[in-house]
Amino acid sequence: MNTKVTLAGVELKNPVMTASGTFGSGAEYGEFVDLNRLGAVVTKGVANVPWPGNPTPRVAEVYGGMLNAIGLQNPGIDVFAGRDIPFLKQYDTRIIVNVCGRTTEDYLEVVERLGEEPVDFLEINISCPNVKEGGIAFGQDPRAVEAITRAVKARAKQPVIMKLSPNVTDISEMARAAESGGADVVSLINTLTGMKIDINKRSFALANKTGGMSGPAVKPVALRMVYQAACAVKIPVIGMGGIATAEDALEFIMAGATAVSVGTANFYNPHATVEIVDGIMAYMQQHQVADITELIGCVR
Amino acid sequence: MWIQAGEIAAGAKPGQFLSLFTRDASRLLPRPISICEIEKGAGRLRVVYRVAGAGTEEFSRYQAGDPVTVMGPLGNGFPLEGDPGRKAFLIGGGIGIPPMLQLAKELNCHKQMVLGYRDKLFLKEEFEAYGKVAVATEDGSAGTRGNVIDAIRENGLTADVVYACGPVPMLRAVKAYALKQGMECWLSLEERMACGVGACLACVCQSKEVDGHSRVHNKRICKDGPVFAAQEVEL
Repeated sequence: MNTKVTLAGVELKNPVMTASGTFGSGAEYGEFVDLNRLGAVVTKGVANVPWPGNPTPRVAEVYGGMLNAIGLQNPGIDVFAGRDIPFLKQYDTRIIVNVCGRTTEDYLEVVERLGEEPVDFLEINISCPNVKEGGIAFGQDPRAVEAITRAVKARAKQPVIMKLSPNVTDISEMARAAESGGADVVSLINTLTGMKIDINKRSFALANKTGGMSGPAVKPVALRMVYQAACAVKIPVIGMGGIATAEDALEFIMAGATAVSVGTANFYNPHATVEIVDGIMAYMQQHQVADITELIGCVR
Repeated sequence: MWIQAGEIAAGAKPGQFLSLFTRDASRLLPRPISICEIEKGAGRLRVVYRVAGAGTEEFSRYQAGDPVTVMGPLGNGFPLEGDPGRKAFLIGGGIGIPPMLQLAKELNCHKQMVLGYRDKLFLKEEFEAYGKVAVATEDGSAGTRGNVIDAIRENGLTADVVYACGPVPMLRAVKAYALKQGMECWLSLEERMACGVGACLACVCQSKEVDGHSRVHNKRICKDGPVFAAQEVEL
């Protein structure tokens, strides 16, 4: 049985990876998950300098999901490169570093710095809804998506994944813009901008007022967008958004995702990623699927 | 509620917490609840919680023998070392009272409990086995009318070290009081959490020192805490 998939010429042992921001740099989940079992670990976003993030409360639970407005707290590339990359290199898994920035120059600084590091892919976060500058500002205008993709590709030593926002009118257009800019892969969805109000306190549940919604409740929206993106571009798509089980992951793969990311599920089931790897293999066995690539986009 | 969980009980320390999961899949996130008592021999843990929403309301309907999914023990817990001759305040406010009970059991020194309630008392008798208990109530229905600092003053109590858990305004007052008196002071904090294991960076507090994770000034309450030296955190 073959569970290997290939993204931009790089082979992953299976299509299951973590979603940025939900798994730290892997160390926090080391006692729950054998990282060797994952196709890839996608790290928490890293910027050129440390970012303190937003005030608390930063999370709120909503029906079937959650809102977060962490604000991309991160230690900056220097600490990250010295601590987190060596940690991940101990494992037999692909390393995907999520890169965030306030300006194009910020992104490029991190991208250039990572050129010297033993990482497999760069995932460019142009879709965080929780920071005032950068993030989603790059991801809601197709011209901006294309421009930053092109700028990043000109400097990147590794294959580039552009992480797209669902907070747009036409996801196909954004996926095509990334492809036109030279992206090797697109990943989606980032979180959906949402809000919760505490009626007893008559105030917002999050200090940031709005936050990104994730969790099982967003899965149908995410699946639809992954399908649309996969239909719109020739480059591979990484699908995510509410994936909590192997069945969820298989839906995304059949919709056209070459790989899938598990995000919020890690928070309430630290074993989710490995359970999904096992569940996909069980499905393949049961349905006599010799090669997982047979399933990619099979519903089209 | 008592939870039979031998492995968790075996490793648990006062001041640590558990993540309790509800059965309703629409409520994804675990509820972080402090450990009130640990019985290592019997392999069980006690949690005392307030029904604050649908999740804790579900827990309150459980019957003896019902299963509950728990992750833990989480967090650092209170430091227990120190001179047995010293005098300690164990200060709890509202739902911050329960974790002080296991601390009272394990701390080896002269213990004085100061418990602050809104109105209705709970756990007070159980603390009396470990030392004198002073009570403050907001409505004055028992003990000192006012807060825990008012109760310390009214009873003329003194100590060398303070351990406290409770709402932020109380912790702020305890910190100011302890620093003024030059006392060692340990505070247990609370914040909205998602993962409980230090990955999501939701439950941060402002710290004086640069934190080990992000090298900013944001310690993670779930992982670096929930117990901090008072001078270490900005409240």
